[in-house]
Amino acid sequence: MHKSVITVVGKDTVGIIAKVCTYLADRKINILDISQTIVQGFFNMMMIVDTSGMDTDFTSLSEGLDRLGKEIGVQIKCQKEEIFDMMHRI
Amino acid sequence: MINMNEVFETIDMVEKENLDVRTITMGISLLDCADSDVDALCGKIRSKILKYAGKLAATADDIAREFGVPIVNKRISITPISIVGASCCSSTADYLKIARTLDRTAAETGINFLGGFSAIVSKGMTASDRLLIESIPDVLAETGIICCSVNVGSTKTGINMDAVRLMGKTIKQTALRTADRDSFGCAKLVVLCNAPDDNPFMAGAFHGVTEADAIINVGVSGPGVVKYALEKVHGESFEVLCETVKKTAFKITRVGQMVAQEASRRLGVPFGIIDLSLAPTPAIGDSVADILQEMGLEKAGAPGTTAALALLNDQVKKGGVMASSYVGGLSGAFIPVSEDQGMIEAVECGALSIEKLEAMTCVCSVGLDMIAIPGDTPDSTISGIIADEAAIGMINQKTTAVRIIPVIGKNVGESVEFGGLLGHAPIMPVNRFGCEEFISRTGRIPAPIHSFKN
Repeated sequence: MHKSVITVVGKDTVGIIAKVCTYLADRKINILDISQTIVQGFFNMMMIVDTSGMDTDFTSLSEGLDRLGKEIGVQIKCQKEEIFDMMHRI
Repeated sequence: MINMNEVFETIDMVEKENLDVRTITMGISLLDCADSDVDALCGKIRSKILKYAGKLAATADDIAREFGVPIVNKRISITPISIVGASCCSSTADYLKIARTLDRTAAETGINFLGGFSAIVSKGMTASDRLLIESIPDVLAETGIICCSVNVGSTKTGINMDAVRLMGKTIKQTALRTADRDSFGCAKLVVLCNAPDDNPFMAGAFHGVTEADAIINVGVSGPGVVKYALEKVHGESFEVLCETVKKTAFKITRVGQMVAQEASRRLGVPFGIIDLSLAPTPAIGDSVADILQEMGLEKAGAPGTTAALALLNDQVKKGGVMASSYVGGLSGAFIPVSEDQGMIEAVECGALSIEKLEAMTCVCSVGLDMIAIPGDTPDSTISGIIADEAAIGMINQKTTAVRIIPVIGKNVGESVEFGGLLGHAPIMPVNRFGCEEFISRTGRIPAPIHSFKN
């Protein structure tokens, strides 16, 4: 399993989760966990996904999500999970 | 499993607090390139560097993209060239030829800087060492991304005062040779005492003879992250202050450790060390001086600065040591003037002098760094400044260094712009009393009594 963390931050609007999930499903990326909150009208979401079966490479995925974010009006980042594990777990 | 707050904390560190990996530096041994013909030597150097570091820049960019942490610099450090060149260099022109090869090859790999045009002369100088030092002004004037360093002393050997005298002259000549660029050459030249073999930071990086054939060393950054963390505990006790710095340093260093391991795996080169450093940049919010102010000083340089810096340096090490399997290099807070907006402001408002900076170098990682002084400062005064710093290093068994820029044609009250990571510097006044007679003495200062431990 290759875990990555996708974060979405921006102004709340209709269909953010739907669009991101569809984008991931189209590329055979499995979602393992989703957490989401809205703070003062701002949408914050974190997804943990498994990219081991994806039919694209990491660079294209991260550039594609960046473009999708611009279309929706939010910022989407995709990072490998190890950076968070290293920083917050001993 | 990782939670949302932790994920956003990491992202904020990168996006709002200037967390980055300052440098991935690949150390490459050039000892096996030695040849009695200088052209053959240059050919071997080129092949060896390209063999190991050809993919360094691209690999670092991939890692940065995949993990979402910027890697600001990709660098190479090499075996001190005075050792490699001793086999064939009989003139400064030969050394210049090697420097040009290094400059072209380094540019070909797409890295930012190459360090190791160096000589280690802490006790004495060979003819090759002397030729290399004499070639430095031309090398710095005629190459782009080569950094030079000379180690003039150590706790074990004492201080080579002949080298100190020669370096005062060399710095001045480098300033003159690059006078049309505000003496920029001197920003790529550092004089050290107790120089480490595995330093990833410029201008003092070289790949020591104690090292393996190739190695990956990583320098972390993150003054902005520490400053932001301290804002949250404003006015609290020293215990809370120290704990906060320690925890933050741990997190910053973990990022460096991860990047180092990943780069080592992908490039097939062993991991050497993490340099636990708070390296500032001229960017707003990426300043060591700002941390000192957040601790409660009106400006960096005010009474209390040395204590605050000592505390900061020690806590960064305590937090960082546990975060990494191998720690080395310079490891500590850097206090360059031109590369730190808070330091620049402190100098401009009169809070910070060269003398106070010298005191600060007793408790932090390096020395007098990126300080612009009047262009008419005598060679012997520059040597005197170097001798003072080297003495601090020798007696306190730590690395000290001088990277000072006598800006030709400029005086106190003016400033100089280097651009990029090197920033801008106000010209600082230097003590006007001379030390000519002291510096003119030949020979060396003996090793201190506490170096005899056998």
